[in-house]
Amino acid sequence: MRSDTKVRRERNPSGCAIMGILNKKGKRIDGTRIIKSIALMHDRSNGLGGGFAAYGIYPRYKDYYAFHVMFDDEKCKTRLEEYLAERFIVERDEKIPTAKVESITKAPLLWRYFVRVDDSKLDDKPEDDYVVEHVMGINSNFDGAFISSSGKNMGGFKGVGYPEDIARFYRLDGYKAYLWTAHGRFPTNTPGWWGGAHPMTLLDWSVVHNGEISSYGINKRYLEMFGYRLELLTDTEVIAYLFDLLVRRHKLPIEVATGALAPPFWKDVDRMPANRKKVYEAIRMAYGSALMNGPFAIIVGFNRGMIGLNDRIKLRPMMAAKKGDFLYISSEEAGIRIIEPEPDEVWAPKAGTPVIGLVEEDVE
Amino acid sequence: MKRRLRYSASSLRGDDNMIRIDAKDMHYRALNERIRELVESGEAGVELDNVCGQKFIGDGLRARMRIVINGTPGNDLAIFMDGPEIVVHGNGQDGIGNTMNSGKVVVHGNAGDVIGYAMRGGKVFIKGDVGYRVGIHMKAYQDSVPAIVIGGAASDFLGEYMAGGVVVLLGLSGGKITGDYVGTGMHGGVIYVRGDVEDNYLGREVIKSEPDARDISIIGRLVGEYCAHFGKDFDEIMRKPFLKLSPRSHRPYGSLYTS
Repeated sequence: MRSDTKVRRERNPSGCAIMGILNKKGKRIDGTRIIKSIALMHDRSNGLGGGFAAYGIYPRYKDYYAFHVMFDDEKCKTRLEEYLAERFIVERDEKIPTAKVESITKAPLLWRYFVRVDDSKLDDKPEDDYVVEHVMGINSNFDGAFISSSGKNMGGFKGVGYPEDIARFYRLDGYKAYLWTAHGRFPTNTPGWWGGAHPMTLLDWSVVHNGEISSYGINKRYLEMFGYRLELLTDTEVIAYLFDLLVRRHKLPIEVATGALAPPFWKDVDRMPANRKKVYEAIRMAYGSALMNGPFAIIVGFNRGMIGLNDRIKLRPMMAAKKGDFLYISSEEAGIRIIEPEPDEVWAPKAGTPVIGLVEEDVE
Repeated sequence: MKRRLRYSASSLRGDDNMIRIDAKDMHYRALNERIRELVESGEAGVELDNVCGQKFIGDGLRARMRIVINGTPGNDLAIFMDGPEIVVHGNGQDGIGNTMNSGKVVVHGNAGDVIGYAMRGGKVFIKGDVGYRVGIHMKAYQDSVPAIVIGGAASDFLGEYMAGGVVVLLGLSGGKITGDYVGTGMHGGVIYVRGDVEDNYLGREVIKSEPDARDISIIGRLVGEYCAHFGKDFDEIMRKPFLKLSPRSHRPYGSLYTS
C-alpha cells in the first residue's frame, strides 16, 4: 500500500517559491492575497508540493494546540484517536474542510484536533515539551498518521500539488490570519509526498524554505542530543527544530539565534569592534553545530511574527517590502507587487541578515 | 485560484506609433510569443504595460527592436539577446542579460542578483543598486566587449570569475559601494569603481590601480551614456576619482596541473 503520510523512500531529481505576509497590528486577512502571490510564482515549483501556514485562524480555540493530522485511512484514525485520548484532552475534533480539485489526487484523510494537556501528565515538564515529544513520537512511529502542524491558533495546510491548487483544495480563502506564509515546491533531494511538502512545523514554528541545508548531518546529530527526532528525510525540518531549540527552549533573542544559524565569517568577526566580536565568538563556540550551511532562503513563522533569512552568501533569492502595517517577504519582487503594487519600501535583504517582523506587543 | 493564462493579447498603437500590449495577468509564454510575432512582422518597437513577473522577455531575440517595459519584469530578462534595446520602467529581478550577445538593457530602478552572467556583448545600465554576483564570468572576444554600468552599489561577488568586459560602479546611492569578494577568481576584463574599495573586500586575484587616459575615455563614454539614459550630471559624476580593478594574471591556474 502506498502511504502518503510516511516517508516514501524514493529519490527525485530537480528552485522553490516562498512568500510571507505579516500584519504587525494583528489584523487578519483571508488567504486571497497570499494565494495570488504564490500563484504568480507558479513556474518556480513543479507541482510536487505546495503549502501554507496561517496564524490567528482559530480564535475560538486559541488556547488549544491545533493538531492537523493526515491519515492513510479510517483505521489509522481510530488508532491515533485512542492514543491521543490517553495523553491529551481533546476539546473538539473535526474534518478539515476540503474542496474537490481535479489536480489534487490521493489526498490523505485530513482531520484536526484541538487539544490541551492535563497538568497531571506533565510532571513539571513544560507543556510545550510534552507536546513536542508526542508529536515527534507519532510522526516517527505511528504508521499511517502524520501530524502536519501542532501549534496554537495556527495551522499548516499542505500537500502534493501546485500551491494555488492546494489552496483551493483546503479552501484557504475562508480562513483569516494575521500571518500567512506559502511555499511552492520543486523537490531536489527528497520525494514529493504530502508530509514532505512545506511548511515544516513544530508547535507554532513553521518553515518554508528554498534551497538545501548541506550541513543537515551535523545539525541533525546536534538536535538529536536534545531529543529531537529527524526522520522525515528532509533538510527543512532541521530549521524548524533549530528555531524551537534556540528561541523557545534556550530563549535566545532572534538576532542571536539567526547569528548562530547564519553566522558572519571568521574574517569578518575578526574585524568587529571588541564587544561585538566577543558576542559572535561566543555564539560560534556555543552553537557551532547549529550553523546551517548551503544555499537557503527561508521564512519562519511563529505566533509572534515572521523571520526571513538567507544563507551567508545569498545563494537563494529574497526580497522584502513594507506597506503600512504589512511586511512582505518573497522570492521575487513581482510576488509582492502583484498584491501590493506601490509598497512604501522594497529591499533585497543582505546575506545572513534577518528580516524580522513582530506582532506589536499590545495586540491580542 | 488558478492563474488565468491569456493567450490572445490585445495590442494597440500608442501616440508614438508604438504597439502597446497590456500584459496584466498574461502568462510569460503568451507574452513572449506575441513579441516574437511582432519581430517577425517587422515592428520596430513594442511597449508592455502592467508587466509583473513575466520571465524571459527578450530572450534569444535577434532583431533591431525597442521593448519598453512598464512594471516588474520576471527573471532572466534579455538572456541570449542579440540586438534589441530593452528599457524597464521599474525594478529588474534576477539574471538580466545572462549570456547576452548584443543590444542594450536600461533599468530605471534597482536590479537583482546575477546580472550579466557570462555576458558576451552589449550593454546593461542599471540606474540604482544591484544584488549579488553581478558580472559573474563576463567575457569578451575581439570587438565584442560587454559593459555593465551600475549607478548605485553592488553586493558581494561583483565580477566574480570575470574573464572579459567592463563593469562601472558609480555608488551614487551613497553608503558602502561594494560588498565583499570583489573580483574573486577574476582573470580578464576590468572593473572601474568611483571611489575606493578596501583591500579586505577584494578577491586575491585582483590588483588596484589608477585608471590611465585610455581607461578614463572608456569610463567617460559609458558614464555619458548612463547620464543620457537617466538624466544625471556627467561632470558631477566624473569629478570623483575612479579606481581600476584588474586581474593579476590572465591565466591564474595555468600551471595548476602541470608542475
